[in-house]
Amino acid sequence: MTIDLAIILAPFFMAACIAIFYRKIKRNWVGWIVLFIPIILFLTLTTYIPRVANGHTFSNTYEWIPSLNINFTTYLDGLSLMFSLLITGVGSLVILYSIFYLSQKEALHHFYCYLLLFMGAMLGVVLSDHLMVLYVFWELTSVSSFLLIAFWHHRKASRAGARKSMTITVSGGVSMLVGFLMLYVMSGTFSIREIIANISMISGQSLFIPALFLVLLGAFTKSAQFPFHIWLPDAMEAPTPVSAYLHSATMVKAGIYLVARFTPIFGGEMIWFWTVTGVGLITLFWGSFNAIRQVDLKAILAFSTVSQLGLIMSLLGLGSVAVHLGYSDKTVLYTQASFAALFHLMNHSTFKGALFMMVGIVDHELGTRDIRRLGGLMSFMPFTFTIALIGSFSMAGLPPFNGFLSKEMFFAAVLKITELDIFSLQSVGVIIPIVAWVASIFTFVYCLIIVGKTFFGKLKPDLLEKQPHEAPVGMLIPPFILISLVVLIFFFPNILGKYILQPAMGSIYPTFPSVKELTPSIYAWHGFNPELYMTMGVVVVGVILYHLLPRWKRIYLLIPQRFTLNAMYESTISFSENFSRLVTRRYMNGDLTHYFIYIYVFFVAVVAGYFLFTEGITFNPAIDAKIEGFELILVFIMVVAAISILFAKSRITTVILNGVLGYSVAFFFVIFRAPDLALTQLVVESVTTALFLICFKFLPDLKPEPSTRGVKISNGVISILVGATVTIVGLAVMNYEKFDTISSYFEDSYNLAGGKNIVNTILGDFRAFDTMLEVVVLFIAGLGVYTLIKLKAKKEGTDIENK
Amino acid sequence: MESLMIVLVGILVSVGTYLVLSRNIIRVIVGTAILSHAVHLLILTVGGLKKGDVPLLSHSGGPFTDALPQALILTAIVISFAVTAFLLVLAYRTYVTNGSDDFQELRGMSDE
Repeated sequence: MTIDLAIILAPFFMAACIAIFYRKIKRNWVGWIVLFIPIILFLTLTTYIPRVANGHTFSNTYEWIPSLNINFTTYLDGLSLMFSLLITGVGSLVILYSIFYLSQKEALHHFYCYLLLFMGAMLGVVLSDHLMVLYVFWELTSVSSFLLIAFWHHRKASRAGARKSMTITVSGGVSMLVGFLMLYVMSGTFSIREIIANISMISGQSLFIPALFLVLLGAFTKSAQFPFHIWLPDAMEAPTPVSAYLHSATMVKAGIYLVARFTPIFGGEMIWFWTVTGVGLITLFWGSFNAIRQVDLKAILAFSTVSQLGLIMSLLGLGSVAVHLGYSDKTVLYTQASFAALFHLMNHSTFKGALFMMVGIVDHELGTRDIRRLGGLMSFMPFTFTIALIGSFSMAGLPPFNGFLSKEMFFAAVLKITELDIFSLQSVGVIIPIVAWVASIFTFVYCLIIVGKTFFGKLKPDLLEKQPHEAPVGMLIPPFILISLVVLIFFFPNILGKYILQPAMGSIYPTFPSVKELTPSIYAWHGFNPELYMTMGVVVVGVILYHLLPRWKRIYLLIPQRFTLNAMYESTISFSENFSRLVTRRYMNGDLTHYFIYIYVFFVAVVAGYFLFTEGITFNPAIDAKIEGFELILVFIMVVAAISILFAKSRITTVILNGVLGYSVAFFFVIFRAPDLALTQLVVESVTTALFLICFKFLPDLKPEPSTRGVKISNGVISILVGATVTIVGLAVMNYEKFDTISSYFEDSYNLAGGKNIVNTILGDFRAFDTMLEVVVLFIAGLGVYTLIKLKAKKEGTDIENK
Repeated sequence: MESLMIVLVGILVSVGTYLVLSRNIIRVIVGTAILSHAVHLLILTVGGLKKGDVPLLSHSGGPFTDALPQALILTAIVISFAVTAFLLVLAYRTYVTNGSDDFQELRGMSDE
């Protein structure tokens, strides 16, 4: 086993250890033990950086299901490495943070188990080359996200949020699976690299465009792109470390990863360019626009994450132009969009992670995240304020923070794209920079809201449950590491660019001979150019809008509550729930008799239907044994007894008639040369009759069946059909002579088993296990009888049942 | 003889099914008992009737009647006895707890 596989498996291994041994571990140690895994993985991954930066890639194949051509192929290149570093790096900080965030009373082992599960799944997504393996890990991230959102499962909102995210991301995942299968049909391989190598072969096929859309659907649902973004705000019910990790820094970026990974396959298509860019821009605008109306700090951050993900997505769309144009000295103008996407992705993880941790601190120390109740915290929480200030300003795109650099590159990219005259960009391309600019203004406004409403203004002590105070050091360290990165990246962006981003970009354009010339150098100062004017405009308009906020906030009331996407989703869900409840109640009505009827009707329809359809009904009385007179009498007795039971008025008659049937069966056993059966039947029949009689002491006498005539007739018809079906099946089996009998084997019982009674040797020797289990069944039935008679439910027990 | 027995089995199954479909709990239990009688006869019959002697090596030199269905039925008789006993006690308990032996009245829909 090599290191790359170990990297994927280590979190799973640790999760299993935690699940098994958590009772042995002291509660306050669990987090520290778990923390080892991401730190070790992160350090291991950093050793790959120089080699990957030199253009090396690492790939290993492990056979998994070779007969289905499914192999576990790990593939580590620039893009995978960048994501893996992000997953383990942010993962370490988040786990450190959660040690201080979560109370010791919480189900810590569940929390860390799910978190490690997620980490392993996410590493699996970014490190596998095989589409099916990638899909499995992809869905596993959805599952672990579900578990983490529902961590506080006693809260209704948590459960609802978890279900919503699961519904949306998993349905996207399934459509992505279909897209993968289409790619397989077209290319004959599941390997992403082989598909890229054969791209010219598949790009013309009729399934190509459907596959493109299906794969994009998976990416858009996962990355919360419009109109699927509605799950992300609800996912904020998760504990804050989870929101920082899954729903901001890593999992929601899996969709970005997928789009980047598939850009070499689909990137040359106009439809890819417009879908990815368009959806990205709409999401960017809609997310930032909606963030402003929120009053919960975490909800603001959720919509801001949606919006920033849209920004990254649109940049990847713009960058796909380079695939269409091919490699030339001018391509750098467009590859820098992809470069900016990766750069902003890194930056977003740093500042958004810090901001989420900041909100977690505020929530933890004050017991609320509602900006209407917050204010004036600057003097009480100076460190938290610093985090909020740097994080927000970086997100708003101000210097000297890393967000400024990537935001400028974003503006540069949207301006450059309007100069192209492919994909009908000449006519409508001008919209792109306008949307980008307007969305950036909204971004600026909500950044001001985060800082201003929380830390400036007046303190409102009467609205707070706790006295405001600074957080413990342990909770401050992780966000401080992140914001120092925010500043460091601003001053030394090209180190990140050269070692991490350039090889990652190389993975988006694997067919280009060299990516070195395509990598833009990042400068904080590049003279007075349109990008800088755009940023200045954002600041000026943003500040004005922030101050006029109460005046124009009414604009949000223009959209009726009923027509928001969220409301439509909710009404669809509740409609389908009510509808299926209605339908289910129609047939699952709690009446046992009805359930029997379903079973019988189904049995008759399938079995009799099969025999009628295949004309398998055979009847040949010629092979029968001879009928003796006394046998006829016995048959007659049984028929009369059976039919009389139907009309018996008292229960004693019923049981005696049943006894008649039982003893007649015993007589048949005698006639048919089965002495053991006859003996057993006689004993059992006597005991059964006695049991019935004992039970009658406690049960009321039979009443005439209260059913209506129609019900009786339909029951009668069903019974006759069932009987007829059994008869035709029996007759068909009698005439079915395709196999030799196996019974002659047992006739050697004296030599094989040392017994002369063949039936006894079968029970006691040949099929002894069967008999033993039969005894077990008897024993369990006896236990059941005893329990039902002796034990009574405790009072609390019945209460719980009725709740 | 076999055809006649199978027709008898069919009649028993019809009667058993009709009883199982009734609303009274005792009738349902008697119905299951009749169904198991029918099945025992069916298994024995499809194994072939009167094809040989009692399956005891000490009794004769053969040919013997098929012993395998007999072993199966022996197991089935005991199991069906256990089930009948259990159902009877279940009926008793149901009646004591709910005060009814009518399936329509025993419908458990209060929790929904």
